[in-house]
Amino acid sequence: MAIRSFTRPILYALLIALSCFYLMPVYVMIITSLKPLEEVTLSQMWQFPTSLDFSSYSEAFTKLAPNLLNSFYLVIPATLLSALLGSLNGYVLSKWKFKGANTLFTVILFGMFIPYQSILIPLIQFLREIGLYNSIAGLVFVHVVYGIPITTLMFRNFYASIPDSMIESAKIDGAGFLGVYRFIMVPLSITGFVVVAIWQFTNIWNEFLFAVTITTSDQQPVMVALQNLSGSQIVQWNVQMAGALLAALPTLLVYIFLGKFFVKGLLAGSVKG
Amino acid sequence: MKTETTMRSVTVTTRKKRSLTKDHMLAIGFLIPSILLVGVFVYGFIGWTGYVSLSNWNSLVPDFSFVGLKNYLYLFGDFRFQADLRNTLFFTIMFILAVIVVGQILAILLDQKIQQESLFRNIFFFPMALSFVVTGVVWQWLLNPSTGVNLFLAKLGLDSKWYTDTTIFPAIGWGKIEFGIPIAMIAVVIAAVWQMTGFSVAMYLAGLRGVPEEVREAARMDGANEFQVYWKIIMPILRPITVSVIIIMAHISLKIFDLIYAMTGPGANFVTDVPGVYMYETTFRGNYYANGAAIAVVMLLAVAIFIVPYLWSSRKGEA
Repeated sequence: MAIRSFTRPILYALLIALSCFYLMPVYVMIITSLKPLEEVTLSQMWQFPTSLDFSSYSEAFTKLAPNLLNSFYLVIPATLLSALLGSLNGYVLSKWKFKGANTLFTVILFGMFIPYQSILIPLIQFLREIGLYNSIAGLVFVHVVYGIPITTLMFRNFYASIPDSMIESAKIDGAGFLGVYRFIMVPLSITGFVVVAIWQFTNIWNEFLFAVTITTSDQQPVMVALQNLSGSQIVQWNVQMAGALLAALPTLLVYIFLGKFFVKGLLAGSVKG
Repeated sequence: MKTETTMRSVTVTTRKKRSLTKDHMLAIGFLIPSILLVGVFVYGFIGWTGYVSLSNWNSLVPDFSFVGLKNYLYLFGDFRFQADLRNTLFFTIMFILAVIVVGQILAILLDQKIQQESLFRNIFFFPMALSFVVTGVVWQWLLNPSTGVNLFLAKLGLDSKWYTDTTIFPAIGWGKIEFGIPIAMIAVVIAAVWQMTGFSVAMYLAGLRGVPEEVREAARMDGANEFQVYWKIIMPILRPITVSVIIIMAHISLKIFDLIYAMTGPGANFVTDVPGVYMYETTFRGNYYANGAAIAVVMLLAVAIFIVPYLWSSRKGEA
């Protein structure tokens, strides 16, 4: 039973007040991005624009469009590849367990918690060596490799819920390793694929450290370009806010339409299997 | 069911056995690329970073001559790194405490069978879908000392210098730095909490929903009020979730880079600097690769202290 009814108004008042706090940055982002530059003064920060001005969006878009495109070129292949790799790993580690499989899994899992600074210097040397430094392909490779632990974890947990008896009977019917994967695991894990894909999409889109160290200028994903916008001497806050909204839009849209799966991924990635 | 399977499999024993071993090898074969990748790119590269941290490579040209702990000795005597350790310590403590407290309060509020629950939930969750860079850019403006929330706070006589404040409280001399809470970090904590509480809310909400109503009802029958029910019954049940939240948040906080880089940078007197920012700047701006590697190793060790026992215990749990 919930808290007694006479406290209900207080409950809602609290929730609304807290919601205002959480929405405050969004409010400021939107109103600022719609203002012409002369209205973007410190004292008028909270006021509505006197007239809607979309010029900051066109300016931000012109500046960020190539980088937005880079981000899509990065995120789509990286997400697909790491989901595929993760599902195969998760399948083996949950349904074809061998001696030491759990320990091996733990050893792999450690890779998702490390500060990436601790592998960055050799990584960049390596990428230079194989000619993938400063390229989207290089970033795709990096995200697939360092996505192995989290995607493996998610799929392994997901596949653990598929009963072994189903696999046994498929084996008896003559299905082998790949047959079971293709005809049982994949069809039963569409949700798993969606959860993992959304998780990877969001994380890779938002990632900054690899992006800023592995790529320069025209190869940079959007988050680096957004950060560079504020690096200039005079910060045009309206353009900056419009840019931030543009850069955040893809993951925000994913959240708005597929938020349930995003939260599932969040819980799957944190709770140990 | 089990006997049935065994009986059925008897007839195909020979074929099954052979295909099983072949399939098992195939299964392991599919795992090998990932094992190799993780082996090289995680463990091998960590080893290589460790080696770099013991080398003399502090210029653009790699120089792998062995210098022992020289880079570490330099770091721990360095004003900036000492400030980083202090900032990380207080940032981590404030951040984790706030995420747990705010997360638990929000989860309890959301669990009161309220109307529009999913709307409120989404309002508290959506910042998690954003990049730390976006969060940094927006909060940099919101907490700008001459504007933002200060326009309101000034009216209440409460205006703050936020992330430009260089005060360290209580400023106890320690090494080269003043030890205490860097007040400027509070601004960063607010932004980080805004972004990350959704995680703890989701975790706690899942936990609260898992507590059977009978447990609460039984406590109420024994005369406990709502507050006591939460404090004495629910909180202990949620403790394992708190442990997970602490560990996940600790590892995020110990390696934080992008939020601070985008929002404040190192700050005057390095009041908002953290090892992640120092590592990036000294390695990729200053070409002090060996120093950068040493910072990275310290960061890794700090994270490992939290993560290794956590991973190890979860491994045993499922053996």
